[in-house]
Amino acid sequence: MNQPIPASAFRRLGGRYGNTMFIALALVAIAILVNVTPLKEQTWLRVLFGISALNFTLRATVPLVLGALSGILCERSGIINIGIEGMMLAGAFGGFVAKTSTNHWPLAASLIFSVAVAVAIGGLMGAVHALFSIRFRMDQIISGTVIIIFALGTSSYLYNRDAIAEGKFSSIALPGLARIPVVGPVLFDNPPITYLALIMVVVVHVALFYTRWGLRTRAVGEHPRAADTVGINVNRYRYVNTSLGGMLAGLAGAFLVLEAVGQFQEGMTAGRGFISLAAMIFGNWNPFGALGAATLFGYTQALQNELLLAGVTRVPRQFISMLPYVVTIIAVSGLVGRVRPPAAEGKVYETEGSQ
Amino acid sequence: MATASTTTGFIRLLRALLIPFLALLAALLAGAAVMLLSGDDPLAAYSGLFQGAFGDGKSWARTIRKTVPFVLTGLSVALAFKVGLFNIGASGQFVIGSVFAVAVGINFDGLPAFIHLPLALLAGIAGGLLWGAIPGVLKVYTGAHEVIVTIMLNYVASLLGGWTVYAGGTQGQTPGPLWDRTAGAISETPDVLSSAQLPWLFGPPYRVHYGIFLALAAAVLIWWLIFKTPLGFEMRTVGHNMRAARYAGIRVNYTIVLAMALAGGLAGLAGAIETLGLNHKFAPEFGGAVGFDGITVALLGQTHPIGVLLAAFMFGALDGGAAAMQFESGVPADIIQIIQALVLAFVAAPLIIRMIFRLRRQTHGDAGSAVSTSWSGP
Repeated sequence: MNQPIPASAFRRLGGRYGNTMFIALALVAIAILVNVTPLKEQTWLRVLFGISALNFTLRATVPLVLGALSGILCERSGIINIGIEGMMLAGAFGGFVAKTSTNHWPLAASLIFSVAVAVAIGGLMGAVHALFSIRFRMDQIISGTVIIIFALGTSSYLYNRDAIAEGKFSSIALPGLARIPVVGPVLFDNPPITYLALIMVVVVHVALFYTRWGLRTRAVGEHPRAADTVGINVNRYRYVNTSLGGMLAGLAGAFLVLEAVGQFQEGMTAGRGFISLAAMIFGNWNPFGALGAATLFGYTQALQNELLLAGVTRVPRQFISMLPYVVTIIAVSGLVGRVRPPAAEGKVYETEGSQ
Repeated sequence: MATASTTTGFIRLLRALLIPFLALLAALLAGAAVMLLSGDDPLAAYSGLFQGAFGDGKSWARTIRKTVPFVLTGLSVALAFKVGLFNIGASGQFVIGSVFAVAVGINFDGLPAFIHLPLALLAGIAGGLLWGAIPGVLKVYTGAHEVIVTIMLNYVASLLGGWTVYAGGTQGQTPGPLWDRTAGAISETPDVLSSAQLPWLFGPPYRVHYGIFLALAAAVLIWWLIFKTPLGFEMRTVGHNMRAARYAGIRVNYTIVLAMALAGGLAGLAGAIETLGLNHKFAPEFGGAVGFDGITVALLGQTHPIGVLLAAFMFGALDGGAAAMQFESGVPADIIQIIQALVLAFVAAPLIIRMIFRLRRQTHGDAGSAVSTSWSGP
């Protein structure tokens, strides 16, 4: 329980991730090989490693990695965030409403405004979660559940089925880079939120491990009493981080509405918030770990999609659709124990002498 | 929920009811505010809601009918809370229970009803037990957090249930084992044989079946289990302090798996009752939401079986009246979900209610119901 200051504080990328890196590079090599040689004529190889599968993987990964980063920000400061699903949905709905009411604006302005609204709504939900958890000392898992039910109910209640969002983000090919075979079309020819999500992984990593803010955040999540003793305002860090986390979840919602689908559907997050949580755990509360885990889950979704499209299997579609969920269960069961959550997570912090 | 031992039982009961009652009141007021802000008429909505829930015999029948599954899924979540676990998986357990019950219900033609019906109900319980035991076992042996596992199992259960009635695919996929061959392209099971149907207490147009008695019996049984048996004592001890329970020699792992399995069994029974009593068949769209609402019911009922009964009745009324409300006043029935979320928020954070209604702080027992453990497991 009360471990001395952060056991994970000096954990860095590299070293212990050597094996994972090797496997990832091997997979990339196979993917390139399959797509530039006659191997792509093989249906199964194309289903598993084709450009379309890889593109779909990235699209499926973006909301998951944003959700996982959201969870990391909250939980590194000691607030369990099970409400990512709700924050994502609220962001998606906010973005949709903003888009439909600014349809007459120039497309870019309307889209950017809608993203801002989605992020703001997500942040607001994060702030509410923090308020419930800190000020009103609500059980954090229940508070997250409240956020989910509330977002589901409110978005369905306010959803106007006649409203149509006109236009969504289109791909921006990065000059030069997009010409690289296989890697180019997969990584460097994407719409903006996809790039932003990948950049956020680096930003959160650097912020968490190389800045004063990050060190303090981790201290607050590991040993709030010690952090308090050296003058860090524990609850302020928790408010700020949970709100920032909510904003990232809102961005994931914006991705769904403004970049992936183009419209809002009731309950369109479809469990992505929960899979994000699994990615966060699987990634050991590290941004790059979460990216890896999110990619794995994204890949299972792509595989599901490709298998159904290619029609190469007689397995009923329900079993194929189960893949992402079953893989999540296996990942969570296989890895917990070898990963370690922030020590002070889920606990209300009260300064001594208060109350 | 124990308050000072000097107060009499009646005052204790009133105290226990105070916060949920005020929470409901505050949620209805907040719901009215939401309706006003979006240009709906809250008075018309609430009067439509009340009429729809209690207006006449049919409304009462609908309220009671809707109460039944809430009692059972609420008990399911409440029982898991007693050992400190959060069972978000009641909807999956509900689906699996439905599938198991219907599998028995559409087969075994010729069995007398007094064997066939109990057999089908037991099958539903067994299905729920199995589905509930999975997160318990994973929790104990791998430390996987039950929240993630139960949520994922909900999706798996829903897909599995969908597959059992799958009408077959265009690429030669075989139809599911329970699919009704006469249904054409529709994915559903045949009707449950009459010997396995729960009989009506009041027949159509009221459509109240005997499930209400099963739900009441389950509530009493769970109350007895939790408060009057050594096993219940062990469960509560585990839920209170797992480490202390382990030092005291309680088989913590066994208790956790058993509690999760029983919780699953209750939700499975809910599914069985809904299919055998009401729908008389299974289709992918049945079930689901009732399980998620079980969380709110359990918390609103302060995880006490009697409280769960009252909360379930309230939810039955809200749910039963929602359609009539939408029909009468044009307010979307989704507002009910918002109200339910608000009730849950207010019940889980008594501090908010105490602030709104300016109640005195209690000296103890005011921390809400602490349920969550961190991700790391026991």
